Amino acid sequence: MNVDVTALPGIGVRKDFEVRSGRRIGVVAHRDGDIDLIVSKLEDPDACAAQIPLSIDEAAVLANLLGAPQLVSKLNDEHSDLPGITTRQLPIADESPYEGRTLGETAMRTRTKVSIVAVMRAGQLHPSPGPDFTFTSGDVLVVVGTPDGLDAAAKILTHG
Amino acid sequence: MTETALALIELGAILFALGTFGRLAGRFGMSPIPLYLIGGLAFGEGGFISLSAANEFGHVAGEIGVVLLLLLLGLEYTAPELMTGLRRSWAAGLVDIVANATPGVVVALILGWGAVGAVTMGGVTYISSSGIVAKVLNDLGRLGNRETPVILSILVFEDLAMAVYLPILTTILAGLSFASGAKSLAIALTAITVVLVVALRYGRYVSAIVDSSDREVFLLKLLGAALLVAGVASALNVSAAVGAFLLGIAISGSTAHEAAKLLEPLRDLFAAIFFVAFGLTTDPRAIPPVLGWAVALAVVTVLTKVGTGWWAAKRQGIRPMGRARAGAALVARGEFSIVIAGLAVTMGGVDGDLAALASAYVLLMAILGPIAARVVEPAVGLVQRRWKPAAVTP
Repeated sequence: MNVDVTALPGIGVRKDFEVRSGRRIGVVAHRDGDIDLIVSKLEDPDACAAQIPLSIDEAAVLANLLGAPQLVSKLNDEHSDLPGITTRQLPIADESPYEGRTLGETAMRTRTKVSIVAVMRAGQLHPSPGPDFTFTSGDVLVVVGTPDGLDAAAKILTHG
Repeated sequence: MTETALALIELGAILFALGTFGRLAGRFGMSPIPLYLIGGLAFGEGGFISLSAANEFGHVAGEIGVVLLLLLLGLEYTAPELMTGLRRSWAAGLVDIVANATPGVVVALILGWGAVGAVTMGGVTYISSSGIVAKVLNDLGRLGNRETPVILSILVFEDLAMAVYLPILTTILAGLSFASGAKSLAIALTAITVVLVVALRYGRYVSAIVDSSDREVFLLKLLGAALLVAGVASALNVSAAVGAFLLGIAISGSTAHEAAKLLEPLRDLFAAIFFVAFGLTTDPRAIPPVLGWAVALAVVTVLTKVGTGWWAAKRQGIRPMGRARAGAALVARGEFSIVIAGLAVTMGGVDGDLAALASAYVLLMAILGPIAARVVEPAVGLVQRRWKPAAVTP
């Protein structure tokens, strides 16, 4: 992907690129550390439909929201030379029996041989969660294992 | 009442009134500069209330205001930014000078203010207010727009042009003979070149000298260095403002960010006093006779600035709507026009009416600038809609 980097003297740097729909998206990195998300207009690609100031925390959350599918596909790539190993995102639904309970209580590793390598919560990535990590509904688990193991894990997380 | 008590009360009243004005301006998304000027006009000689006890402080504080304005402007840019800006925008920069200085020069000559007045008024109508422009671009969410780098590089060129222009102006205003004028100009230009080279190569040493982790020490060193450099520059006829600007450029990296953060409120305070002090020295009764000229200049220079922006944006392959936005964004004049006029008035050598014309002009342009930037899109949209149906009707 070709990211255009444009100096904005006295303000900072703009980094943006064109997406398939023809719009440009990117950020303006202010020199004092502030970040704006920018999205160009469809009918006038010279102009911006939105310039949204983000705090550092907000920018990190957005990056993680966008990064979750990318994390899974990257793990899948890394496992591509290990036949039979895949990565999947498994959600903790509202009615999940493990909502409000800890990772240890699922006994996931002993029952299915899969590993929970990360948890995405509210845009934040929690890597390598320990046995005392408590799940809440809306969490997305990044799970690595065999396809059969992953199916079993999905069943456990929804039905117990 | 003692002299001190009176001065404090007057100064307090002025600052409080300015604060109230500023809040009002903020509510309408306006620049507060015109209101500060009006405040100065109202309080000064020939205004509604004459406050003279605060005058002396106002004068020195105004000088500090100019130094801080230019110091912070220098802090905003790094030397490499200036150099690439210069390389990329020199053609647009030259068009900008010719198109926008000419109206001021012509009016000054018509009014019989001579060569000195012409050079001064040329500067007043030439330079856009980078403060107002940058704020308007941010407020309107246009930092991501494709024409924005064009606008910013023109501003960079203008600010660099100021570094050359101000010493020339001070030399002319000092009324030196040709030989000594040429000598002091040569000194000024050499000093600027040396500082730019130092800033490009050894900026980190300059930063290291003023830098400190203690805020108080940092502030004192920074302010001390700025006033020292400004004073020395002023003694060399380089103009205090340029000295401060060059020091700002030489300070770089994290030191510059910290310095800008620390000095911003101080700049706002002293710059406000500077505008008031300029307003105080201008007799509002001198404005009505030159008001017609101010309006004419405003109309002409709105068009020339829009034309400059249009031309520069067109060269970068930007569509008509973006070209119009670039032109309208540049319209605002403000602090630097007043800095130039203030310099001319305090050093003498120009007609008294020049201050009146400059204030009236800046009043108009500082108000018109942000308005122009806002209405340009609907206005151009309207024109385009008018044209399009005519083009497609069989």
